[in-house]
Amino acid sequence: MPRALKFTILILIVMVAGGLIMLTGLRKAIQGMSGPSRTDEQARREVMQVPISTPTDVNVKAQMYWLSAKSPIALDATTIELPLSADPVERSKQLLNALIEKAPAPERRTLPLDVTLLALYIRPDGTAIADFSDALATGTPSGILSEQRVVDSLTQTLGANVPAIHQLKILIHGQEAETLAGHLDLSGVFPVSSSLAEGVPVPQAPAASATTSVVGSNPTKPTGPPPASPTPATTPASTPAKQSPH
Amino acid sequence: MVLSFARLLRISLEAQGFRVILTRQSNENPSFDDRSKVVNAQRGAIFIALHVSSIGPAQTVRVYSLPNQNNPATSPRPGMIDWDHAQKGFLDSSSRLAGLIQVEMAQRFRNSPETPLTAVVRQLRTVAAPAVAIEVSNVSLPDRGPLDQMGPLLADGVARGVAAFRLAYDTGGM
Repeated sequence: MPRALKFTILILIVMVAGGLIMLTGLRKAIQGMSGPSRTDEQARREVMQVPISTPTDVNVKAQMYWLSAKSPIALDATTIELPLSADPVERSKQLLNALIEKAPAPERRTLPLDVTLLALYIRPDGTAIADFSDALATGTPSGILSEQRVVDSLTQTLGANVPAIHQLKILIHGQEAETLAGHLDLSGVFPVSSSLAEGVPVPQAPAASATTSVVGSNPTKPTGPPPASPTPATTPASTPAKQSPH
Repeated sequence: MVLSFARLLRISLEAQGFRVILTRQSNENPSFDDRSKVVNAQRGAIFIALHVSSIGPAQTVRVYSLPNQNNPATSPRPGMIDWDHAQKGFLDSSSRLAGLIQVEMAQRFRNSPETPLTAVVRQLRTVAAPAVAIEVSNVSLPDRGPLDQMGPLLADGVARGVAAFRLAYDTGGM
C-alpha cells in the first residue's frame, strides 16, 4: 500500500474518532439544555430563603391551613412542629415560608411553590403587610374560588398562630395590585380571625381582638331605595387565563 | 365559553321581559371600570358577572356578592357616590339577589351550595346597583361536554332568580 494512502487512512480514522468524541459531548450538552432550568424566581428563592432563625425560637405545634385531603375546595388545619420566634414579624415570616414550602403533599398546596415572601411588616394597629413575588399572581389559578383559597390559607394560618395580627394586606412585588389573579380585590385588607390553638405558646405581643370573617351572609332587607325595574347587565368575564382555549 | 353562557342568559332574561346589555361582545377585555361605567349609566339595573373557574367540583355553580365589611369609604359630597366603593349602598340587595339565584342553582346543579357566598370580587366593588358574580366549575376537566350542557340550565336558573328579585321589589318584599 502506498505510503500516501496509509497516511490518508490514518487521518480519516483520527477524524472519525474525534467526531465520535464530539458527538458524545454534543448529546450530553443537548440533554443538559432540555432538562429543568432554573427560573428567576427559583434562583432568587435559593438566595433569599435562608431559614429564619431568632434567639427566641421555640419548637411549637403550629396550625397550618392547607387544602383538605378530602375536599379540594376546603382548607384543613394541619398541625406541624415548627421553630417559631416570639417576635410577631419573624414568626409570621417563618409561618408563611412554611406555608409555601412544607405542604404535606403537592395537591394540598395553596400557594405556588415558586412564590417568595419578599417582606413582611406589622403596623401598630395589627395590620400585617405581606409582600410576595410576582409568582403569587402568575402561579395562582385564576378564579374567585381559587384566589379566595389563597387568601383564606394566609389569614387562617396567621390567625391561628400570631395573635398580634388583626388584618392582612397583600402586596405583589412591592405594589398594590388590583387583583390577586384577575378576580379577588387586593385594594383592601383581609380580616384575620384570631383562633389561637390550645398549646401554642403566645409570643409577647399586643393582645388580639377577634375579627369575624364574613362567609355566606344571609339575605337581608336593603337600606337604599329599590330600583324601579331592574335591567340586567351581564358581563361575560374572561375565563381563566391559564387554561387551554375554549 | 363564558360568552356562550352570557348569550344563553341574555335569551332567557329577555324572555322574562328584561332588557340586557352585555359588557363585551367578543374576546375584547374591557377594564373593571369600563364595565362598571356601562352598568352605572343605567337606571334600575342589576349586574351579573359570569366566570368559569379552573377548579372546584365539576358542574357546580357558586354565586357571590361582596361581604358587608366596614369600608372606610365616604361620599365625596352629599348625594354623590364614591366610585371606588359604589357597591356599598347595595350590599344588602346584592346579597338578596345572590340568595335567590343560588337557590335556583342548587336545584339544578347537584353539589352546588344552597346559600350564596361572599368574596371581595373586584368587579363588584365599583358597581352602583345590585351586583353578583356567578362562577361555574370547571374548565380544567378533559371532557368539556358536561360543561357545555350546563348553559341552558344555568341561563334558565339565573333568569328565574332575577325574576324573583324583581317580583320582591314590585311587591315591596324588599
